Amino acid sequence: MTERPIKVLIAKPGLDGHDRGAKVLARGLRDEGFEVVYTGLRQTPEMVVTAALQEDVDVVGLSILSGAHMTLVPRICALLREKGLDDILVTAGGIIPDDDLPALREAGVAAVFGPGTTIAEVADFIRANVRSLA
Amino acid sequence: MVTADAAARGRELAAGALAGDRVALARLLTAVENRTPVAETALRSLHAAAGRAHLVGITGAPGAGKSTLVAALIGEIRATGRTVAVVAVDPSSPITGGALLGDRVRMQSYSDDDGVFIRSMASRGHAGGLAASSVAAATVLDAAGFDLILLETVGTGQSEVEVAAAADTTVVLEAPEMGDEVQAIKAGLLEVADIVVVNKGDRPGAQRTAAELRAMLTVVAGPRRSGAAATFAGAAAGGGASAPAPPGAAAGTPDPGPERPHPKRPEVLVTTAVSGEGVPELLAAIGRHREGIGAAEGGTPVRRARAAALVWALLGDRVRRRLEHPDRAAATAAALDAVVRHELDPYAAADRLLEMLRAEG
Repeated sequence: MTERPIKVLIAKPGLDGHDRGAKVLARGLRDEGFEVVYTGLRQTPEMVVTAALQEDVDVVGLSILSGAHMTLVPRICALLREKGLDDILVTAGGIIPDDDLPALREAGVAAVFGPGTTIAEVADFIRANVRSLA
Repeated sequence: MVTADAAARGRELAAGALAGDRVALARLLTAVENRTPVAETALRSLHAAAGRAHLVGITGAPGAGKSTLVAALIGEIRATGRTVAVVAVDPSSPITGGALLGDRVRMQSYSDDDGVFIRSMASRGHAGGLAASSVAAATVLDAAGFDLILLETVGTGQSEVEVAAAADTTVVLEAPEMGDEVQAIKAGLLEVADIVVVNKGDRPGAQRTAAELRAMLTVVAGPRRSGAAATFAGAAAGGGASAPAPPGAAAGTPDPGPERPHPKRPEVLVTTAVSGEGVPELLAAIGRHREGIGAAEGGTPVRRARAAALVWALLGDRVRRRLEHPDRAAATAAALDAVVRHELDPYAAADRLLEMLRAEG
């Protein structure tokens, strides 16, 4: 079997209405050869996890600009584990203070991509860290 | 070849999917999408459990409102207590192989409902409106017990009619003001519709578009009779231009007599998917169509054709795999090279290769 494309969910949990960054990243990862599921604005943690489960994605990328990441991200990681989806790579992006990084890492986030990250950096990180695509 | 490991994994996923384990179902769909040996084992064991679901194809131009209509249909189907799965296909990039799968954006409201399962698929270079594995994915969801399965195609043009071969009932979406009566009498997508929906019914021109489509699509010859008078009679039968077609006519009542393939007479409905207007009527029409073709009892011509297509495709695949097997690869390559050098014609090459397989027994 030839190698299949990596499947990524780009989700925007929480209430901020700024999804330009998420859309640019979704488009950029498409151009990197990924299959990108984009779910739109204002997702609850449950919606994100349901989409990740049904789509069987390899990666969940969370974009949060509202400051609610310390509530939303650990909740999403916990729900993923609860469903037995702990082999999914979780990354986050948006406006996330450095002080919060250790706690997010502790919660299960593999990487946080702040402003200025290039799409190539995100894609390379995913390729290097994604679960095996058997 | 299916290894013992793959077979065990396939059986495990199939059993999980049948038992209602959604993670197993999702992972099995991935295997089906990637056409792995795991999928083959699972599909073999699931075939007997499939065949009960009503497969409904939803197709139409990009932006006509397919995903929004699917979302509205999900709500309506759930209100009747039935379960529903969606296979939503979006195109893969022909350049990078990547895809943006955006159909879920419109289908957000059902994340805590176990009676709804939505799966996006990239077309992965397959032309025709679906992905190569969409039908197999529908079989898995069928076996998993969903009552209805909605197959949403990529945005289609005029000739991506594959969904009509995959679905029991094909719904073609049109947006208002997308063309005049000449568009409605062109061959192709509109011809395979069992139901035509003019969506965005709140826009100006929606009713007129529906009336034009009705006028053109329902003018279909009845049983073939000789003489001009019969022609006029046939035209008059479809001439109630603005009245909805009667359910019987829309359901593709078999026409006795004509030896030529007979065009469908689709019902034409107007919906406003964002507000839900017209959606209950559409779901009722979808149900009527199923009753009309007797899909519940199985064995419709569409299902017969689908079974044939699946088996022919597998036969071709298996013959090719045998020919590409290391034991025969050299002989196969020699035959192909002879065609390249114009020493052998392609028909003779095919005969020679088949003869080689036959001689081996």
